[in-house]
Amino acid sequence: MRPEILLGGAAAFVLAIVPALVPWTAVMLTIALAIGLSVLGIVVLLRAGQVSFGHGLYYATGAYTVAFLVSARLSLDALILIPLGGLVATLIALAFGVFAVRYRDIFFAMINLAISMVAFALLEKLYHITGGGDGMNVARPTLGGVRLGRAAFEGWMFYTTLATVAIASFLVGRYLDSPLGRALEAVKSNETRLEYLGVSGNRVLHVGYAISAALAGISGAIIAIVNGHVAPEFAYWVRSGEFVFIAILGGAGNVVGAFAGSIVFEVIRNHAAAFAADYWQTILGLSLIVIIMFAPDGLTQLRFIRRKAQS
Amino acid sequence: MISIQTVLLAALDGLSYGAQVFMVAVGLSLIFGVLRIVNVAHGSFYAIGAYVAASFGLFIAAAGWSPWLTYPAMALSACLVGIVVGGTLEVALLRRIYGKEQVLQLLVTFAVFMILEDMQKAVWGVRPYFIDAPLGLLGTVNILGINYSIYQLVVVPLFAVVMLVSLRYVLRHTRLGRIVTAVTDDREAAAAMGVDATRVYLLTFMIGASIAAFGGALASGATSLVPGMGAGMTILSFAVAATAGLGRIEGAAVAALMIGLGRSLAVYMAPEFDVLVPYLIMFLVLLFKPQGLFSVQQTRKV
Repeated sequence: MRPEILLGGAAAFVLAIVPALVPWTAVMLTIALAIGLSVLGIVVLLRAGQVSFGHGLYYATGAYTVAFLVSARLSLDALILIPLGGLVATLIALAFGVFAVRYRDIFFAMINLAISMVAFALLEKLYHITGGGDGMNVARPTLGGVRLGRAAFEGWMFYTTLATVAIASFLVGRYLDSPLGRALEAVKSNETRLEYLGVSGNRVLHVGYAISAALAGISGAIIAIVNGHVAPEFAYWVRSGEFVFIAILGGAGNVVGAFAGSIVFEVIRNHAAAFAADYWQTILGLSLIVIIMFAPDGLTQLRFIRRKAQS
Repeated sequence: MISIQTVLLAALDGLSYGAQVFMVAVGLSLIFGVLRIVNVAHGSFYAIGAYVAASFGLFIAAAGWSPWLTYPAMALSACLVGIVVGGTLEVALLRRIYGKEQVLQLLVTFAVFMILEDMQKAVWGVRPYFIDAPLGLLGTVNILGINYSIYQLVVVPLFAVVMLVSLRYVLRHTRLGRIVTAVTDDREAAAAMGVDATRVYLLTFMIGASIAAFGGALASGATSLVPGMGAGMTILSFAVAATAGLGRIEGAAVAALMIGLGRSLAVYMAPEFDVLVPYLIMFLVLLFKPQGLFSVQQTRKV
């Protein structure tokens, strides 16, 4: 874990300087880091060998929570809105998890997909509550009690996000190293043996599921605040698929990889959107297949290959 | 006020819709039973089948041929999609991942699904397609004061029943069916007995894909085709297959009917929640029977 913390700290330091030197990268990096939080949620589940094609649901939950709270004119601060988004997502995951964590593999993935598609359809159809397909606008909230102008707000949101990411990565790292986190790996490798030790596999996965939903909720909340707009597409399967894609790209089961993957992804998307918008999913799908076939441990695998060569 | 006519109309809609969903779900279930893979791209076969059939329909209309030709064209497009798209997919991709973790198998079919979604948009655009020749040919029938198209009332469910009966017959009473059952049960033992399991896998996948594509081809005569229909159908057919118990073919018919009826009742009574009903049914069933309605108990391996 120690080299990971060092690496993460160094990466965070470099990231902290970039927007100061190149201001236009602030928003892009904020979005990438926020998405990275959702990806981290997927990584937690991948530890248990499970994949969710429906985490867009929790991402959308965080985003819509912020949108509702802001439009209710409670004048809540961004620093309160973000954890609230995570909290609501966690509560929904705890409730829905009672059902979902009884399943593994295919069923787990597809049931998550089903519930997120239901959420997507409801967000679109309940027009008078959710604004339908147009979504909702999110007015810029105060940040740390201060009402900022657009540029300053974007700058400080970046540092808020970076701090959130640092705290979340640290906590998730600790969690994955704890006995409860280790038990996730046992769910993947041999659940029956885990249960013979007196540990409930379902309960272990339930905790992991709630944590991964909390991360997705926080991520959605940040995006809602930075974008100033939420839409039903947040819960659509394409979004959930992107999370899974980035998790695999960054290296499944790797905390730093989640953020490395999402920054690479965001940069590529910003450039690919210009000339290949119609083939975006094709590009994603093809690279997913290539990664799974040839580098199943993702981009961060390259680092480990080098280390193996040295020893 | 819910009149008897509304209920009847909902029942007829549900029958026709359930028949379409059955076609996709039964293919999904069959493929899972033999290959042990849930093909996330299965709804894409349905959508592509629909689009190809619609293209044939437009071609036939443009060439001035008899509109009756649209029916064989449907069967043709289903086989075409199953053999060309399904076959390519199995040989090029799925064959390489049978031994791998389920998560990776899911991801690969999910990736295929993403690619196929884009391909549909690239080939057929985003404009809705509608072919009314098969529907118009048969006219309507009057049931208790409701005019209902014979195509949706008879043709679509009839094909679904034919599909169910012939699948059952093939699996239970023919040599091919016995081989497929044997491979389903124990691939290695079947291979040791001289069965070419690789070929059985390919054949099963092509048949499953063709059935889904045929479901789509039938749907092309009744609904307008829009991008994204494949995604919805994948999830819905999974809900049906899961409700029935994955790999259960007769069960899929019952579950498809249940979910089809439930959904169309919701369309008339609470249109906002029509998407919710199929999943509610699935959740309710799975809550009490976690392996599905018609599942057989499996022993756990330590």
